[in-house]
Amino acid sequence: MTVNWEPSCSFELLQLRAKLLHEIRDYFYNNHVLEVETPQLCQATGTDPYLDYFTSNYSKDGLTLFLQSSPEFAMKRLLASGSGSIYQISKAFRNGESGRYHNPEFSILEWYRVDFNLWQLMDDVDNLLGPLLKQSQFSNKTQRTSYLDVFKKYTGLDALQFDVDFYQKHAEKLGFYEAKELCGKDHSLWLDFLFSHVVQENLGHNNLCMVFDYPACLPSLARLKQEDSRVVERVELFIQGVEIGNGFFELSDVDEQIKRFDQEIMHRKNNGAVDIGKDSRFLAALDKGLPDCSGIAIGIDRLLMILSQQNSINEVLAFPIENA
Amino acid sequence: MANYSTNEFKAGMKIILDSDPCAIIENEFVKPGKGQAFSRVKIRNLKNGRVIERTFKSGESVEAADVVDLDMQYLYHDGEFFHFMQPESFEQYQADENAVADAKLWLKDQAMCILTLWNNSPISVTPPNFVELEVSETDPGLKGDTSGGGGKPATLETGAVVRVPLFVQIGELLKIDTRTGEYVSRAKA
Repeated sequence: MTVNWEPSCSFELLQLRAKLLHEIRDYFYNNHVLEVETPQLCQATGTDPYLDYFTSNYSKDGLTLFLQSSPEFAMKRLLASGSGSIYQISKAFRNGESGRYHNPEFSILEWYRVDFNLWQLMDDVDNLLGPLLKQSQFSNKTQRTSYLDVFKKYTGLDALQFDVDFYQKHAEKLGFYEAKELCGKDHSLWLDFLFSHVVQENLGHNNLCMVFDYPACLPSLARLKQEDSRVVERVELFIQGVEIGNGFFELSDVDEQIKRFDQEIMHRKNNGAVDIGKDSRFLAALDKGLPDCSGIAIGIDRLLMILSQQNSINEVLAFPIENA
Repeated sequence: MANYSTNEFKAGMKIILDSDPCAIIENEFVKPGKGQAFSRVKIRNLKNGRVIERTFKSGESVEAADVVDLDMQYLYHDGEFFHFMQPESFEQYQADENAVADAKLWLKDQAMCILTLWNNSPISVTPPNFVELEVSETDPGLKGDTSGGGGKPATLETGAVVRVPLFVQIGELLKIDTRTGEYVSRAKA
């Protein structure tokens, strides 16, 4: 038989994964954050403009169900019902995402802290990841920097002042002649392109780097910052130039949430993405009232990959998609 | 015309980029935060051999290039074109100076090589990694010198000039590594 049936990761890495999960659970147990489970199969899902979903068919009612791309909406329904701070370790599914840092099915750690602002959430991340990084020979000294500062530092551009010609000039100076054709006049796309191609590789050399205060045109589910409405209360985590997490001071205004859903649905429509409806149960929960909270999701596989200095996500997965 | 989606990209795939045929060397899936996914690709231009990086939006389609590598026998140079023949079919191809480029330094009549065809026209020639060529010109050998301390230039039958050890004589057959253009050893005639 030439069928490839064996795991693609070593036994040591299976053990390291088990240890990592154990330490994460310990941390949250000691901090009185409740572990929860929410469905993988849901009747609704997010409207993220750039996500492609897996769907499944429920034979009993003929319903189309979505395999969750993140447990966010269900967890927020628990928060709105008064759960207090919660966390979850689960699988998440994103169709078409495959590569050195991606497998379409991956493990996610997601948690929400009631009454935490974004700064307190970053402290929480430090407390959780610091010891893990130290054990793996990384520095446990975290770097915190604003999006604007780090964008300016590596591209020479102001992330808030969008001028196509000026952006193009800088991109070409950096060797990216295709940027204009790719990004056109879309400010967010320019930011995504330049951040991922120029800035990111410089972040978190041998330590954790947290980038906060994202431009308001990249809001996702973050609140606008009260003192400066040009930015949102969003944070991303990087180690060795690899993005491992994304968090927010969570948007709780239901009208603003509906507005963002509508914008994303419109964006999907204009770009030929599959039509996705708004999650009415999630919106009803927001309407009832989401407590002030901050939350973040971390990719467990990528974290493991970096901690163990592996070159590809497949090396920390028992059976990646090619071999699943 | 066939197209490839970036989702199908993998090393070795041949595509058209800026109207030239290119081969994908490496493809990386890049997805910033919650943003647009990109394919960041390292590509070799098959006409001039240059390697460049290029980014595509994920899901974008790119024209496929009809490129094949064929084993051919080099026949002769008529002053303008280089002529090759496929040994099984006896089909002949002519390649211009641009396509043959530096490979001409290593092509001996009747020798085998790889001809890369784009839309059935030759765009490049790859000689075997090692060839054996005769020395047509070099300074007289020095008695007693067995290894190459400094070495000396030698012109080979194809016109290529390589550095050789001092003991090498005119008329000798040498083994050359065409990838580096360096002398390997004397060949047994």
